[in-house]
Amino acid sequence: MKFAVLVFPGSNCDLDMFHAVQDTVGQDVDYVWHTATDLSAYDAILVPGGFSYGDYLRCGSIARFAPVMAEVYKAAEAGKFVLGVCNGFQILTEAGLLPGALIRNNSLKFRCHPVDLVVENARTAFTNAYAQGESVRIPIAHGEGNYYVDAETLEQLKKNNQIVFRYAGENPNGSIHNIAGVCNERGNVVGMMPHPERAVSELLGSKDGARMFTSVLNAWRERHGAAIGR
Amino acid sequence: MAQQLAAKEPTVEQIAEQKIYKQFGVSDSEFELICEFLGRKPNYTEIGVFSVMWSEHCAYKNSKPLLRRFPTTGPKVLMGPGEGAGIVDIGDNQAVAFKIESHNHPSAVEPYQGAATGVGGIIRDIFSMGARPIALLNSLRFGKLDNERVRYLFTHVVGGIAGYGNCIGIPTVAGEVMFDEAYEGNPLVNAMCVGLIDHDKIQRGVAKGVGNPVFYVGPATGRDGIHGATFASEDLTAESEAKRSAVQVGDPFMEKLVMEATLELIDSGIVLGIQDMGAAGLTCSSAEMASKAGNGMELYLDEVPQREEGMTAYEMMLSESQERMLFVTEPQHEEQAKAIFARWGLHCAKVGKVTDDGRLRLFHKGEQVADMPVKALVDDCPIYDKPSKVPEYYLQNGSVDTTRYEQVLDLTGALKKVLGSPSLASKEWVYSQYDYQVRTSTAVVPGSDAAVVMVRGTRKALAMTTDCNGRYVYLDPEVGGKIAVAEAARNIVCSGGEPLAITDNLNFGSPEKPEVFWQMERAVDGMSEACRVLDTPVIGGNVSLYNENVKGAIYPTPVVGMVGLVHDLDHITTQNFKEVGDVIFLLGETKAEIGGSEFQYAVHGVTEGRPPEIDLAVERGVQQAVLAAIRAGLVASAHDLSEGGLAAALAESCFGRGLGASVEWTPNLRPDLALFSESQSRILLSAKPEKAEKLAALLKEQGVPATRLGTVGGDRLTIKVAGHTAIDAPVEELRREWKEAIPCRMK
Repeated sequence: MKFAVLVFPGSNCDLDMFHAVQDTVGQDVDYVWHTATDLSAYDAILVPGGFSYGDYLRCGSIARFAPVMAEVYKAAEAGKFVLGVCNGFQILTEAGLLPGALIRNNSLKFRCHPVDLVVENARTAFTNAYAQGESVRIPIAHGEGNYYVDAETLEQLKKNNQIVFRYAGENPNGSIHNIAGVCNERGNVVGMMPHPERAVSELLGSKDGARMFTSVLNAWRERHGAAIGR
Repeated sequence: MAQQLAAKEPTVEQIAEQKIYKQFGVSDSEFELICEFLGRKPNYTEIGVFSVMWSEHCAYKNSKPLLRRFPTTGPKVLMGPGEGAGIVDIGDNQAVAFKIESHNHPSAVEPYQGAATGVGGIIRDIFSMGARPIALLNSLRFGKLDNERVRYLFTHVVGGIAGYGNCIGIPTVAGEVMFDEAYEGNPLVNAMCVGLIDHDKIQRGVAKGVGNPVFYVGPATGRDGIHGATFASEDLTAESEAKRSAVQVGDPFMEKLVMEATLELIDSGIVLGIQDMGAAGLTCSSAEMASKAGNGMELYLDEVPQREEGMTAYEMMLSESQERMLFVTEPQHEEQAKAIFARWGLHCAKVGKVTDDGRLRLFHKGEQVADMPVKALVDDCPIYDKPSKVPEYYLQNGSVDTTRYEQVLDLTGALKKVLGSPSLASKEWVYSQYDYQVRTSTAVVPGSDAAVVMVRGTRKALAMTTDCNGRYVYLDPEVGGKIAVAEAARNIVCSGGEPLAITDNLNFGSPEKPEVFWQMERAVDGMSEACRVLDTPVIGGNVSLYNENVKGAIYPTPVVGMVGLVHDLDHITTQNFKEVGDVIFLLGETKAEIGGSEFQYAVHGVTEGRPPEIDLAVERGVQQAVLAAIRAGLVASAHDLSEGGLAAALAESCFGRGLGASVEWTPNLRPDLALFSESQSRILLSAKPEKAEKLAALLKEQGVPATRLGTVGGDRLTIKVAGHTAIDAPVEELRREWKEAIPCRMK
């Protein structure tokens, strides 16, 4: 299986995502520049955190116009696996690949600390290795992670089982319905504010994020038949 | 346009006759010396360049004789003071580069941008060496939080540090924040950056190779920060609104691009010399690079990217616009360099040439506008030995008996007061605003004795900390200086690391005051001795003087930034008690030492007397024993005893995992003095019960006094002194005092 980690000017969790892939599932992974115009070689596209283009405007609002994003649309449409974390999540919502928007934390402050999450949907490409309703500990680090959708969309998300993670305990940013992560209707595109790539070893405080990567490897193997899995 | 503006600049005659140079901090005798070096009187641009190069900030003219007292060499030191950052060997062809720098004055005026650009500047110092920045630390001092202005400064300094570090993607992993009236109106904002580098990638700021082109990279130059530290003139601003110094504004996104491109450029092997444009911008970087190579430099100022119209030579040379770098390469590599920067969306401009005449010559609009000997700029600033005098307060404090206070009987209440004192309280309000995990290498996050950052691809890690107790230094600068170094080292050791070296940030008041200069001398002597005994040379640092408020000088605060090497990830140790039943040991001797303590301040409301004494040989012995015990796998937790003494250390060790402890202790002291004494060279250890005997034996063998205090367990902290219950409270109750102290005051 082959992973792409997108790099926009200002991405800063690209390195972490890259190593998380290597350290958890040991599959091929490349950094892919924002100007790339071909993602056909990749099975999974990971959009990492950071401050793309400085995020001086609405987070992710410039990155969505980067040349590589046209390819991300194609990949998502083709059913390839796409994960956006933190700024990556913001970019995917700006790009319309995921519903909703991420606004300023209700504390008006950047917040960095571990949070407890409940896995609300364990059937997506990125969560199939978790148990439904399982509690996991994964850190957040963001100033604009307050997830918002209108009431109508929220009902749709619930109905379609598109809520992937919710904050258990304290809601760190004011997100509606305690939402920490969502997916598209097909479940191949997932976005979340917490950083699973930061929770891949005990030395980092938790390895609860590692199964996001094993999940997608599972999904890929299932799709392509176990025989070709490496 | 340019001529119009230029016409407003004072003429050569006006500068000399009206003594305009004095407004830039140049004295009459210095002006005469400059005239001598030039063989004529300087024009406006030249006096501007000389004034910044001869400022305390660039020339250390008041502190150099003191800085020479520091030990700066050692078998592991690859680069000592003088370059962007010092560098220390950590084995396997790897090295660590680090440096601390102050941004006190900008932060006092504009806290967000002042702090942010402080962070940006220190990061540039690290990557201009060729090192990949891997961690940020800071050391902050403010007045008391009951003051609205102090809360404003605190909020925005923290916001600025967070804004810059979070965006550029370098984790802010450790720091210290203290609050005391002494810093009201003059906060201290010291930022430290740590980077990793391979030995063969180390760069220097040298303008090598006569005839080679000099390149400028980064955003365009504007009128921000002109005059830097030397500008202090109301007359000029009244005359010329346009020349008023603007606040520098940081752009961490730009710096991220410049950093990545610079590291890529250095990696390509075509850089001959590189330096960031920090204080005094283009002036300092060009002059220093030429000086270090023994060469000269010509700059063509029309080629300098400019953000504003009609900038003069003077303005361009003195601008402190952020995120800019200057580098030298061979002519044939120009296109390659430009391509690397273009990939990152950056423009790189050829602005000069290395020459062999030892002069810095500036050209603008077809004319030579300045011509100065490089050596005079960089090396020939007069160095002053300031008069020093023992302050009256110091003499008076010698006779203060700090055991004379009435015995405190409610010791649980006293502990709550100490834990709830903002200097000692949880700093979560601060560090939860910092991204301390980006780069996914932070093994020990903020809140323990030192942060630990793993070195990817190895079993090694780096422990790092900043430390200084300004109260101790105030009460006895020499002892306080020793303690600052010793405590930093103790923190490193408690985290499982071997102390390697320090960077220092000497924050003092005005050196023109003999009493302040005396503080500087004594503190430097104390630090130097501790560095020698503990084998931690000074590999770089920064001096920030003239930190004064209406009440006088700040507490002398020579902040120590220390980095240590953790040889194996298994040695990483934290202060938190780990498991029920673990045995608790106290290492070292406890004396009735209350002077300068948090207990004295929070409970008795004073800072007086003499600070705790320190015997550096004893300190070294304790540290070596603890490191040996950690490496032998005998230690479950280790915590340095500092502010708040044993009582606070026990409580803090309980907080991490919410585990209680039962302690019985029979010191030969009054209980309140014993529990809150801040005697030095003490460490709290815990060990699994089956390892306790072995640990005790190892400590005995190493000659370190160790007292078995009790065991970990339950949900209360219970401390019996000489058979009587002195402190007894639920851990959660104590934790609340400690955790809520700062958030409560910030609401």
